Amino acid sequence: MAFAAFSSNKPAPNAAPMKSGKIVLALLLPGLLYLAMFFMVPLASLLVTSLESPDPSGAIGQYVYAVDFSSYGNVISRYFPQILRSFGYAFAATFFALVISYPLAYFIGVRLRTRPLIQKLTLTLVIAPFFISFLLRTIAWKQILSDNSPTLTFLRSIHLLGDNQFFLGTPFAVIWGLTYNFIPFMTLPLYTSLERLDLRYLEAAGDLYANPAQVFRKITLPLTMPGVISGTLLTFIPITGDYVNASRDFLGSSQTSMIGNMVQADFLQNSDYPSASALSAILMGVILLLVTVYVRRTGTEDLL
Amino acid sequence: MKKLRLGRRILPLYSLLALVYLLIPIAYTIAFSFNNSKGRTNTTWQGFTFSKWGDVCNQAGICEAFGNSLFIGAVSTLVATVLGTAIAIALVRYRFKFRSLVSLSLFLPMATPEVVMGAGLAALFFNLGAEQGFATIIISHVMFCLSFVVVTVKARVQTLDPVLEEAGRDLYANPAQVFWRITFPLLLPGIVSAALLSFALSFDDFIITYFNAGPVTTFPLLIYVAASKGVPAETNVIASGVFLLAIFTVIGTQIASNARARRHAKFN
Repeated sequence: MAFAAFSSNKPAPNAAPMKSGKIVLALLLPGLLYLAMFFMVPLASLLVTSLESPDPSGAIGQYVYAVDFSSYGNVISRYFPQILRSFGYAFAATFFALVISYPLAYFIGVRLRTRPLIQKLTLTLVIAPFFISFLLRTIAWKQILSDNSPTLTFLRSIHLLGDNQFFLGTPFAVIWGLTYNFIPFMTLPLYTSLERLDLRYLEAAGDLYANPAQVFRKITLPLTMPGVISGTLLTFIPITGDYVNASRDFLGSSQTSMIGNMVQADFLQNSDYPSASALSAILMGVILLLVTVYVRRTGTEDLL
Repeated sequence: MKKLRLGRRILPLYSLLALVYLLIPIAYTIAFSFNNSKGRTNTTWQGFTFSKWGDVCNQAGICEAFGNSLFIGAVSTLVATVLGTAIAIALVRYRFKFRSLVSLSLFLPMATPEVVMGAGLAALFFNLGAEQGFATIIISHVMFCLSFVVVTVKARVQTLDPVLEEAGRDLYANPAQVFWRITFPLLLPGIVSAALLSFALSFDDFIITYFNAGPVTTFPLLIYVAASKGVPAETNVIASGVFLLAIFTVIGTQIASNARARRHAKFN
């Protein structure tokens, strides 16, 4: 699995460094050129577009090359709530995904170790959502939790929900959907860490009179930190840019729009390319900043 | 003692609930592929029918979108797997200048939200005056699959013992023979899982595709557009069919390999 490699930081055991300039070049060049052309250049292209200013003729959707930083100020003042919301929802959903995934990954990776077949099959259930369209799964939640659904009628009948309270369109619904959609990205790296956990350390701690809480806090958690880090990154980053869950046609409303919704609207509907690009640049910048700080503080720098 | 036993029960129960949460929308989607719904809306249960499974292409555009997604997934997977495997081999097997820079530039696409990548590619194609369509979709899919191929194959290259290749060279195999007869077969499991992952990512991608599709409709785009009006049951049929095929293949493979492992254990 990709996630296994993602969370492993150990050096290659059998690496035999060889020097062979031409071969390396032949292996690397096609892929790296591709990366430069269709990843670096698009990002640069976004930066250039974010600095453009409106065409003097006033035609809608027409922009001229300029070094005009006004789009940045504009989008920050216009979309401040959406920016805050994106990161707020992402923090909340990442937290819930971690709380749901860690015990699940522990159960599969540690408790089910003695039964390899059941372990593999349970893990398959975790990745099962990958095999079915994530849009359809989100629509399924929308219908299960819609205002007149049996679910809500039941929740009202047991007074968990007031008569005129509803679920869809609320921040709670969006966070629910985001958590749901990204749980497997959290569970898999956690599983790879927990599956390798040497249980003798836990026994040793127990022998030294550590109580279960201490064992978890001082042994299990630190040893599985690489999994926690890649899991939280693999969940947090895509969530900040997601716009499907928060969109009105899915679980959200105009009150729950995130950065992604605004980029999409400005780029594809309003033809306001500089604003959409500036907003993307801000999103990317904040993410890189957070990831750098996070990775530095937790001390795993070589993620790939 | 009693408390301890309760603790032993809580974890399986919690895991079971988590799995149920994960599987509810899947069960719902499959169940509603058997809904006897009328026209394009499929929101309330109208009774059980097999008719939607019998005539999937009944609703206009669904099979075409499905075909487009299969085609885009296949081409993108092929290109991404070839490019990514080469990079993975180079990264593990060779030491060269700027190696960590290469690693970082491969990590960056994974740290980029899809909406940024989608908008960036669209801005590039727009500035180049390139018309959006199959080519632009495939270009962007190869882009986001590439890094995932590299990490997946890299993990496999790391487990490869260079001694095997050396033995091949000692026996006068030329570099091409060493690669095709030794390296490639040993890497194959990693390459296959990278390809499967790429295909799954490409097939289900919505956000980047939405920015770069132009007039082409893929399966996720079809669902997104239909979401405001109601998604026809035929869509559920295709998604459920793909899901059941994939899940039974995986489960079947696991049971078979488990049985094989047991047989080996018995003989040794």
